[in-house]
Amino acid sequence: MKSIAHLTLVVCLLAAWGWAAAPAPAAINSSEELQKEDGEVGQYGGRLVIGQRAEPKTLNPVTATDALSREVIGRCHADLISINRVSQKTEPALAESWKTSPDGRSFTLKLRKGIRFSDGQPFDADDVVFSFTVYLDEAVGSPQRDLLVIDGKPLVVAKLDEYTVRFTLPRPYAAAERLFDGLAMLPKHLLQKPYREGNFAQTWSLNTAPSDVAGLGPFRVKQYVAGQRIVLERNPHYWKVDRENHRLPYLDELDFLFVGGEDQQVMRFEAGETDMVSRLSSENYALLRKEQSRSGWQLSDLGPSLEYNFLLFNLNPIDAGKMNEIARKQAWFRDLKFRQAVSAAVDRDSIVRLVYGARGTALWGNVGPGNKLWMNQSIPHPQRSMEAARQLLKSAGFFWNDSGQLLDSSGKPVEFTIVTSSSNTQRMKMATLIQDDLSHLGIQVHVVPLDFRAMLDRVFQSFDYEAAIMGLGGGDPDPNPEMNVWLSNGATHLWHLNETQPATDWEREIDTLMQQQMVTLDYGKRKKLYDRVQQIIAENVPFVFLATPDVLVGAKSQIGNFHPAVLDHYTLWNADQLYLRAPARGVERAGIR
Amino acid sequence: MRRKLCLGFLVGAMAALHCAILAAAFIAPYDAGAQDRDLPYAPPTRVHFRDSSGWHAPFVYRWIPDRDGYRLDTTTRYPIHFLARGESHSVLGIFRSNLRLFQVDEPARLLFLGTDSFGRDEFSRLLYGGQISLATGLLATLITVATATLIGTIAGYFGNWIDESLMAVGELFLCLPWFYFLIGARAFLPLHLSVAGTFLLLIVVIGIIGWARPARLIRGIVLSARNRNYVLAARGFGASSFYLLRRHILPETSAILLTQAALLIPQYVAAEATLSFLGLGVSEPVPSWGNMLSPLQQYTVLVSYSWLLAPAVALVITSVMYWLLADVLHHWVQSHSIN
Repeated sequence: MKSIAHLTLVVCLLAAWGWAAAPAPAAINSSEELQKEDGEVGQYGGRLVIGQRAEPKTLNPVTATDALSREVIGRCHADLISINRVSQKTEPALAESWKTSPDGRSFTLKLRKGIRFSDGQPFDADDVVFSFTVYLDEAVGSPQRDLLVIDGKPLVVAKLDEYTVRFTLPRPYAAAERLFDGLAMLPKHLLQKPYREGNFAQTWSLNTAPSDVAGLGPFRVKQYVAGQRIVLERNPHYWKVDRENHRLPYLDELDFLFVGGEDQQVMRFEAGETDMVSRLSSENYALLRKEQSRSGWQLSDLGPSLEYNFLLFNLNPIDAGKMNEIARKQAWFRDLKFRQAVSAAVDRDSIVRLVYGARGTALWGNVGPGNKLWMNQSIPHPQRSMEAARQLLKSAGFFWNDSGQLLDSSGKPVEFTIVTSSSNTQRMKMATLIQDDLSHLGIQVHVVPLDFRAMLDRVFQSFDYEAAIMGLGGGDPDPNPEMNVWLSNGATHLWHLNETQPATDWEREIDTLMQQQMVTLDYGKRKKLYDRVQQIIAENVPFVFLATPDVLVGAKSQIGNFHPAVLDHYTLWNADQLYLRAPARGVERAGIR
Repeated sequence: MRRKLCLGFLVGAMAALHCAILAAAFIAPYDAGAQDRDLPYAPPTRVHFRDSSGWHAPFVYRWIPDRDGYRLDTTTRYPIHFLARGESHSVLGIFRSNLRLFQVDEPARLLFLGTDSFGRDEFSRLLYGGQISLATGLLATLITVATATLIGTIAGYFGNWIDESLMAVGELFLCLPWFYFLIGARAFLPLHLSVAGTFLLLIVVIGIIGWARPARLIRGIVLSARNRNYVLAARGFGASSFYLLRRHILPETSAILLTQAALLIPQYVAAEATLSFLGLGVSEPVPSWGNMLSPLQQYTVLVSYSWLLAPAVALVITSVMYWLLADVLHHWVQSHSIN
């Protein structure tokens, strides 16, 4: 009896240990065409814990829109051609090489042979064709569909043989290969059935059994505990190896803990419960820097990000009956000199210092110094000048009364409201600073914090606002994703939405230039066109650009191959190459106080 | 004797607090919205009386921005000027003056409680903010007391179905989750109101919520007073309802009203602070004890800049003072009603 009890105990322990251990990387098969990574060689083992603001919403790469879901999904799936986050250039991924046709419209991609999904099933051109069918299907409603439709026509995918695919675009598209970044290749063997049955959008929710989910990324789903964490484990069939032919990833597990907002994430990181923290505010960064010498954290200030914050005036044509106050004030907003005067009066240096703790950069255009390839360096960066602002207002017919109030040409005092999201403390601070700046011009500004959704509703739907402070950008340095903002009929052409045709000459010129650069394949020529667009924007001030924050990240000292980047995903884009160094003897472990 | 001493101390302290806040424009060294963008999050400047060269009139040193904060420039003394000229302000809305209690010479700043993220003097904002917060509390209490008296008296005096229906409405108000009601009421209002408009609105909204409890107390008193001998006698002599109420019944309620008011005021000050804390009350740049505490929701601010907690301390002190006053009034009511 005793021996049976002992045996049972041993078996149970072995089973538990076997279950708990992450899968070892599969042995390398000579038929696999693997990608060799050139980075530092690391060591196997370990588990990385990352804090998330809230739970992801889904594991479905096609329908996921929120950043939290994409953070998890991005580690489980792979794309055909990737943009290297550090060099910002494209490099082969699942497609090991490709050829462009001379007219720039066709791409023939050769896929890697012998690759398998995380559940062991083989990957080939059928999966690619299936994936694109799903992305382009309007019934599924993927947000990525818009990226694959040019001039209203979707791109066409054709399978040439088991490992070759051809994409044909409706017309030549500059940097078309950048389109593929982030488009996860889906397993046809798992998803074809739900797709045919019409409930694709509901598949791969968070509660899906891990064995029903598979991808080509470095990790696969191991376990989801509702409200607490989602754990990913190594994909034993991952198709990348390091310089010494060890199959990646090095890490056994990635553990995403749902800890809460930025403050909670910083507290957990300080306590050593999480290993990495991304997109810190400058205050939190300064707080961590104070303890850096003791804890040995790797804290990086990566320089200006690609996002831009701005003050925007409501120039949408509105029903003067219902919103007559706003319609009356639009006469001021439409005056270029008024907008230029506001831009001249804004104290951008103080915004950078007080809002971003000097870890930021002032902006006078939508392309800032973080985007080295595309910034127009010759756009003027005028210093703040109240004198210039006053001159501009005077020449536009405004004048001041005895108590210093600014009045328009009909004698009404100039005052307006700025709405901004109450949850974004930085934009709230910018609003307060601008309020003070404009008070020196005699303009009375009211700051109204609104719930984020309520603000979006006013800016996009009801147009019931006068001015707003918002932010855009940040995805890709390439000009093409900015088309939505600058094309007159673009979805985020915020100051004047739903234009059926360009409302002004300069908007018409921007339309032409942006369309042109989209089909120009030569970088030099594209740069000239985009430079001119930036110049027109700077001259006509549809947005009063304010500032951009630096990208601030942190990680524990033991994390090797930590190469954070200015592009999303700032810290985990190379999760397949991250590894944990064994701590050197005598060094205090991070987080133990 | 000791009790009278304590009472005197309490009344004196409350008077001092309220006078200080009333005279905010005189006592505060700077205007509420005056930003100093070179001195964000500056710690309080201590007042010194002595340095290496001996004793002096009270003086301060200047903060110089440093790599990771500020350091004191101890080379120059900046004496505090009393009753000096500063930024002009309006006195009770009647005339303008620029006489201020404390000033220091530029470029030093007199910061008894440090600065906030825009370099605005926290001490000045505390006083100006006190005006908004206390005034809201006091005026809202006035509205509540007036409403409660009206409704309670009508219910208690006329009785029957009037009494029952009014008290039923009162019960409804009692079980309202007042916090969500406040937020909801604020959401219905226009996007932007002038400062005066917001102020008035806050007062009305806060004041209307809490009438039910005092109303019931007053109803009880009116009910019992209605049947007293002297009231019946006066009625017998032909007195009108109005006369009875004014001369005999309502004076009975004054004691309880005072106690209730003393309890409601700190509650309403806290209600205004809560609304402003959440961004639903007075907006920038007008200070209120609530919106001055709003930045402390950020972990780094709470941990690194503790001087910004001053409005919380002020709220606690104010509340405690009013509760002590309510206690005193309560004892006074009891001792009188025994007679």
